Amino acid sequence: MLKHKDLLGIENLSCGEILEILDTAESLQEVSSRPIKKVPTLRGKTVINLFYEASTRTRTSFEIAGKRLSADVINISASTSSVSKGETLIDTAKTLDSMASDCVVVRHASSGAPHALSKLLKSSIVNAGDGAHEHPTQALLDAFTIRQRKRTLTGLKVAIIGDIAHSRVARSNLYLLTKFKSHVWLCAAPTLMPVAMDQMAGRGNPYVHLTHSMEEAVTGADIIMMLRVQFERMSESFFPSVREYSRYYGLNRARVGQAKPDVIIMHPGPINRGVEIATDVADGPYSVILDQVAAGVAVRMAILYLLLGGHGSTD
Amino acid sequence: MTLKLSYQLMKAGDVETTLKRLAQDILEKNAGREVVLVGIHRRGVPMAQRMAASIAALTGKEPSLGVLDINLYRDDLTRVAFQPVVRRTDVPPNIDDKDVILIDDVLYTGRTIRAALDALCDFGRMHSIQLCVMVDRGHRELPIEANFIGRKIGTKDNEVVEVKLKEIDGEDAIYVMEKPE
Repeated sequence: MLKHKDLLGIENLSCGEILEILDTAESLQEVSSRPIKKVPTLRGKTVINLFYEASTRTRTSFEIAGKRLSADVINISASTSSVSKGETLIDTAKTLDSMASDCVVVRHASSGAPHALSKLLKSSIVNAGDGAHEHPTQALLDAFTIRQRKRTLTGLKVAIIGDIAHSRVARSNLYLLTKFKSHVWLCAAPTLMPVAMDQMAGRGNPYVHLTHSMEEAVTGADIIMMLRVQFERMSESFFPSVREYSRYYGLNRARVGQAKPDVIIMHPGPINRGVEIATDVADGPYSVILDQVAAGVAVRMAILYLLLGGHGSTD
Repeated sequence: MTLKLSYQLMKAGDVETTLKRLAQDILEKNAGREVVLVGIHRRGVPMAQRMAASIAALTGKEPSLGVLDINLYRDDLTRVAFQPVVRRTDVPPNIDDKDVILIDDVLYTGRTIRAALDALCDFGRMHSIQLCVMVDRGHRELPIEANFIGRKIGTKDNEVVEVKLKEIDGEDAIYVMEKPE
């Protein structure tokens, strides 16, 4: 059982809790392959997806996860709700709490938004991405996919390449993989590498490595994780041209060849084809991008089950 | 809470012969039909495996095996303080029109079996579902009875029947334990 009422980030989870989530996800994966893809476990529970940023896979995947467990799932997106009338995040969330929701899944552009809500609401809060801070369910589904392919989360060389500065995915994955003593190589152009990462590596975490050279990052890698260039978060120009970016930090077949022969290629999606990843690599034999999507449903089912199922007082 | 041994119901040899006898009974009752053995986590699983081996020895054909976790179907999820660990469920495909033997170690209130029936029904429409248990200890809270029973005993409310199997516990035995008042 998870220690907390909420899932806010990977940073504060123990290895034991992470493994509990992954093991539960493994058991729940089978539900999605049944002729009737539904179990009654969370019947009568209400899960609200509160999304202040665009999302296809995370929102859909939470919705499917909730529905496969028989929870009632309601989707709210900022553009079609009272948010557009100027209601604050906290007022909106308290309104939902008053309707006796059991879980609110939040995505927000501000780092720390889910943490603020967790202190104010009775509902469990699940962070579905807050600014450039964390995206814990993505890191968990990535770990699920890695464990499925590599049978371990320990002692791997993982190259995370791309827009590190704007990436909550990079941060959550970094926390998770280094907890399990895998070596994470963060690789980005100097303009896309945040100072905080420098401090993290500088603080003597022996599992964090920084580089601006893609060759150094991918050589001998077990896993290459490509990040999307987040044009929507860029108010200024971080690199001269898309073409130049792709030449230095795009993943193509030649670079895949420098990694281990059994390397797997991951991407949290959505992908910018031809920018950070070449089409033949994204669709190629090393790519597990669609396995990540499938894992997303199982992992989110596990999280909803662990947060909402089987809780009660000790009487 | 520590349990006090009340008495031992079966020794290793008894467990083995009882499982063999149950397998034989299942075969006789389902002569000419294809049975699927489905063990309920945890101790129903090794029971099913051993009975499948006995059936294979008698007929020369290994019956299909499945495992079932009932925690997703519990009726007390919001009442229990602990959170049950969800284990793997693996029911063979196409169990429509087959005869399914549901296998568990102890039949008590009947609530586990109620959950198991709901779970099984989500996999298709079987010709029949039959229940096989090692021990029937009474105290039913639902109208559920077993078709194949290793041993039927009367028990007190404060007693606990512990079935031990080599695969999980390192020994074959059945103990009746007593909860201190």
